[in-house]
Amino acid sequence: MTAPPDDCLARNEWICGAYLSSRRHILWEAVLQHLQLTVIAVLIGLALALPLALAARRWRWAAGPVLGVTTVLYTVPSLAMFSLLLPVYGLSAALVVAGLVLYSLTLLVRNILAGLRAVPEETRQAARGMGYGPVRLLVAVELPLALPAAMAGLRIATVSAVSLVTIGAIVGYGGLGNLIYSGMNTYFKAQVLTASVLCVVIAVAADLLLLLMQRLLTPWTRRQS
Amino acid sequence: MNTLTKAWSWLTTSAHWYGDDGIWTRLGQHLYLTVVCLLISCLIALPVALVLGHLGKGGALAVNISNVGRAVPTFAVLVLLLLTPVGRFGEGPTIVALVLFAVPPLLTNAYVGMREVDQDVVRAARGMGMTGRQLLFQVEVPLALPLILTGVRVAAVQLVATATIAALAGGGGLGRIITAGFNLASTAQVVAGAVLVAVFALIVEGLFELAQRLAPDWVRDGNTG
Repeated sequence: MTAPPDDCLARNEWICGAYLSSRRHILWEAVLQHLQLTVIAVLIGLALALPLALAARRWRWAAGPVLGVTTVLYTVPSLAMFSLLLPVYGLSAALVVAGLVLYSLTLLVRNILAGLRAVPEETRQAARGMGYGPVRLLVAVELPLALPAAMAGLRIATVSAVSLVTIGAIVGYGGLGNLIYSGMNTYFKAQVLTASVLCVVIAVAADLLLLLMQRLLTPWTRRQS
Repeated sequence: MNTLTKAWSWLTTSAHWYGDDGIWTRLGQHLYLTVVCLLISCLIALPVALVLGHLGKGGALAVNISNVGRAVPTFAVLVLLLLTPVGRFGEGPTIVALVLFAVPPLLTNAYVGMREVDQDVVRAARGMGMTGRQLLFQVEVPLALPLILTGVRVAAVQLVATATIAALAGGGGLGRIITAGFNLASTAQVVAGAVLVAVFALIVEGLFELAQRLAPDWVRDGNTG
């Protein structure tokens, strides 16, 4: 007969190296799912927010409804959002992604719009005077100038998305949230702490990555400081 | 019958409104959680923000720390607390997690509001011989009030929304209707619960909007963006 194992897993300690090494693939899978859900949701959110912000700026009548609807969407609680979308998507990863997309819209639309509106009129006129058409004006002048404000929104949206993915555990697609949820039910301390810490690490890393990207994309803002 | 009509009939069944897990009980718990957490967060965040804003020191650090707090999933905090000795105190973990969640918007808005007070006005008040205390309560706080109240409003609505998460960890509140719906595989109940929470959040948002409209000019006159 073998003696019962006396390691940190058996003692249910918060910090446990044996957990890290024995469950490496589970953690890795959860991190991958977490990243996938976040990245897909933020990219779709961005793809939807840009035309919405452009429409809100182009047509005065569109601004009210676009800002109003996205704000109301932001007010809906995350758990409720996932539940309201349940009839549409069923218990699937698409449900979590759709919920996260709707959340990111408020932050993204507001910030892109604020950035676009802050472009000085003189700059616009100068570009037009140089013969820039509307499309080239938008792509080469207005969007780059709106980038710092848009990136600020993108950073908040991404960090919030990383944290909100955990709620997806309710439908089984919560990335690290799945581990937190099951760890809660089984009182598995090491799993809950490890997954929580990884969540924060992912959020902070994503934020720094976006900050770095912003600095690389807007070299002109650095010369002033 | 589609999901929405099923959800409607779930909501209009009077048996679902009464009893220990009826809608009224859950609504009461939800309201209690929100109000208690909002009060505690205000008591913690506002004095700190007002003093730091008045002194003009250390605020940037406080705001940065509280922004990092955004990266920590509330659900993870809740579960972590649940597994510590705090977990034995009924709603204790939920309240602590929600307070941690509500402090950042309160702190940031109040501090920014204090810093955006016109420095000419502050100098004029000081020139008139006002003491630091008079300056704080008679000049700076009244001028910063619109932004401070915006912070309270954001925190209140987000608290209503986030208090739902308590249900994932076995706590009370309207979230329980949703989680119970998931456990019973009753999409109608899930959707009904989600609608209840969303409506509650929108009512709170609406009440703040109304209060802001009815308030005297100098309270209202802030930017809410």
